Amino acid sequence: MARVDVLMPQMGESIAEGTLSKWLKKIGDPVKRDEPLFEISTDKVDAEIPAPAAGVLAEINVQEGQTVPVQTLVAILETDASAAVPAPAKPALPKAAAEAPQAAPPPPSPAQPAPAVRPSGRPADGDGGVQTAEQRLRTKSTPLVRKIAAEHSVDISRIPGSGYAGRVTKQDILGYIERAPAAAPATPYSRLPALGAIEHPAVEPWPGDRVEPWSKIRKITADHMVMSRRVSAHVASFFEVDFTRVAQLRGKAKQSYAERGVNLTFLAFIAKACAENLRKHPVVNAAVSADSTIYRADVNIGIAVALDWGLIVPVIKHADELSLIGIARAINDLGERARTKKLSPDDIQRGTFTITNPGGFGPFAGIPIINQPQVAILGVGAIEKRPKVVTAADGTDSIAIRTIGMLTMSYDHRVVDGADADKFLADVKQLLQEFPEGAV
Amino acid sequence: MAEVTFLEALRQGLWEEMERDERVFILGEDVGLYGGAFKVTDGFSKRFGASRVIDTPISEAAIVGAAAGAAHMGLRPVAEMQFIDFISCAYDMLTNYVATARYRAGLSTPLVVRGPCGGYVRGGPFHSQNPEAAFLHTPGLKIVYPATARDAKGLIKASIRDEDPVLYLEHKWLYRRIKEQLPEGEEILTPIGQARIAREGKHLSIISYGATLWKSLEAAEQLEKADGVSVEVLDLRTLLPMDDAAIVATVKKTNKVLIVHEDTRTGGIAGEIAARINERAFEWLDGPIMRVTAHDVPLPYAPTLEDFVLPQTEDIVKAARWLAAY
Repeated sequence: MARVDVLMPQMGESIAEGTLSKWLKKIGDPVKRDEPLFEISTDKVDAEIPAPAAGVLAEINVQEGQTVPVQTLVAILETDASAAVPAPAKPALPKAAAEAPQAAPPPPSPAQPAPAVRPSGRPADGDGGVQTAEQRLRTKSTPLVRKIAAEHSVDISRIPGSGYAGRVTKQDILGYIERAPAAAPATPYSRLPALGAIEHPAVEPWPGDRVEPWSKIRKITADHMVMSRRVSAHVASFFEVDFTRVAQLRGKAKQSYAERGVNLTFLAFIAKACAENLRKHPVVNAAVSADSTIYRADVNIGIAVALDWGLIVPVIKHADELSLIGIARAINDLGERARTKKLSPDDIQRGTFTITNPGGFGPFAGIPIINQPQVAILGVGAIEKRPKVVTAADGTDSIAIRTIGMLTMSYDHRVVDGADADKFLADVKQLLQEFPEGAV
Repeated sequence: MAEVTFLEALRQGLWEEMERDERVFILGEDVGLYGGAFKVTDGFSKRFGASRVIDTPISEAAIVGAAAGAAHMGLRPVAEMQFIDFISCAYDMLTNYVATARYRAGLSTPLVVRGPCGGYVRGGPFHSQNPEAAFLHTPGLKIVYPATARDAKGLIKASIRDEDPVLYLEHKWLYRRIKEQLPEGEEILTPIGQARIAREGKHLSIISYGATLWKSLEAAEQLEKADGVSVEVLDLRTLLPMDDAAIVATVKKTNKVLIVHEDTRTGGIAGEIAARINERAFEWLDGPIMRVTAHDVPLPYAPTLEDFVLPQTEDIVKAARWLAAY
């Protein structure tokens, strides 16, 4: 009788936990290998998790709506069909309790004279979404337990508590962490410095206002933006680029690209120009780790995609090895899959540089926030026809109508100096203005 | 090695210091010819003479005042309070005069005031008190409170050698109950200001001193056997200056603290210890800091009432059990 553990997968380098949004199978259901077992939503991706083996779903340890650290045991598959009797429901972490190093303390007897503080006596708040006294005890735990929880990024309310009124004791949380070792620090996703929780101050709504609690993606975006501004020494450079030549090349090739199922955009040219130059300017294709700089071996360009429900940054892997049509196709494909929620967790990982393109909405230029732990992000302004002074070969100046757009790059001045950034941008600009026809 | 009682160990310490240093002398009520109410100084008068073992009038203020003057002049007086309850008569001399002498006048006052304290002996309100809290609040004094025979000897010797005034509290319930093998011929000195782990444990810590240290150890034994709860017991030994490092270390180890003392609750030093833990080790607490103390009443004469008022082993077990399950 073989049993296979199903764990909460690691979905990205900065992802510590996942929310099980939906079970697609019930206890006792037979599942095929790779058949979707449950859905999760993590930082920015909703994904179906396939069964790691064929068998029968024997045990469910994480309920819908629960958020658990990665590597937490989510379910157990019984791979021997003859033993396909559903297991009785078990408490979420039975082993942790059984393996506790000493006999559990006896439950408090209600007849005991309670010294000063008796935690159970407080009346529960009324309904209306307010926590009950018991819920509050579960989360408002002792200083030590909160300290351990913060150090290990553990949500206390997910831990079964054996103290009074379900309070999570030191033994409970240590057992829980031991059971889910990936939740401990020093795992890859915790590479970002621990900065303490990001707090967003509360504001009193006025009568008639609508208060909408954040979705998971909004919350993650909000925290990440504040964290990035706090971590990186943001500074920006602006370059005006003449896109006239790119516009001409695009006009010529658009039809033939469309016939091959690819929409050729200005963004594809810009991404291509960046991809060509990032390897020449490794400090822009880097990450900061504590007191050192990580120069990335790969050139993976993230492309920010605005969705109705938030922002997501799928990544073009090995962008420097792709032709213009390869990059254009990748941008089309990732954008489409982002809009239809078909991105896989891998699609949003391992970016080394990011481009955000709000130009379609018409801004002259913008100053983007760096996508941590990267060190630079390029913003693209509106590309439109503007009067421009041009100098002819004989030295005479005239005003011409040219296709012009602003490129803005925010970069982390901890490791990228102004000269580095501007040399990179100058090379990008030059390549765009002199884009080789043969490369289209 | 010879087995000695707490009282005999104290007596040995006094004797050795009298032999070692002729500046050391004893004064108090009935300490000479009679040998002291509890016979701590029995035989001292014969060995050291009436000029070094001085019988005084019944005036605690005069005893401490005379001792202070002698200390200023270079002697090492050990003043006995026949019962420590009557130290209140010398409160002014100790707090206003002795404790401030170094600060006010640069005067060194190396004196020891010692005497029998504590209850559990049916002594009633005048012969059972624990006055440590009143003096803990006085900068300039040191307070030691041994629980073992070894420390009774080691701390009286260290107190006599200290350059500052030391209040030495000896629990009369321990006098003849506590026995210990002590090496002969080896000098025993217990440094002032250092607590001692009386029992190692990992689930919760009891901080205590004096007679309740032994009751805490009994409770720890019961909890280990009955509940499998491993209790650490810290013997403070010195109350002032308090060994913060030892207190913080045990809090960090077990994360739960029960403070046990025989003195009454309100304004007792358990409150001071709890405040220090809050300041220094708040994030290491896995439960509220709890106290087991005497009730806030004068100690009754009636045996049943005395048993009720003073902390008993079963009270400690109950509180520790509650805290362990928190």
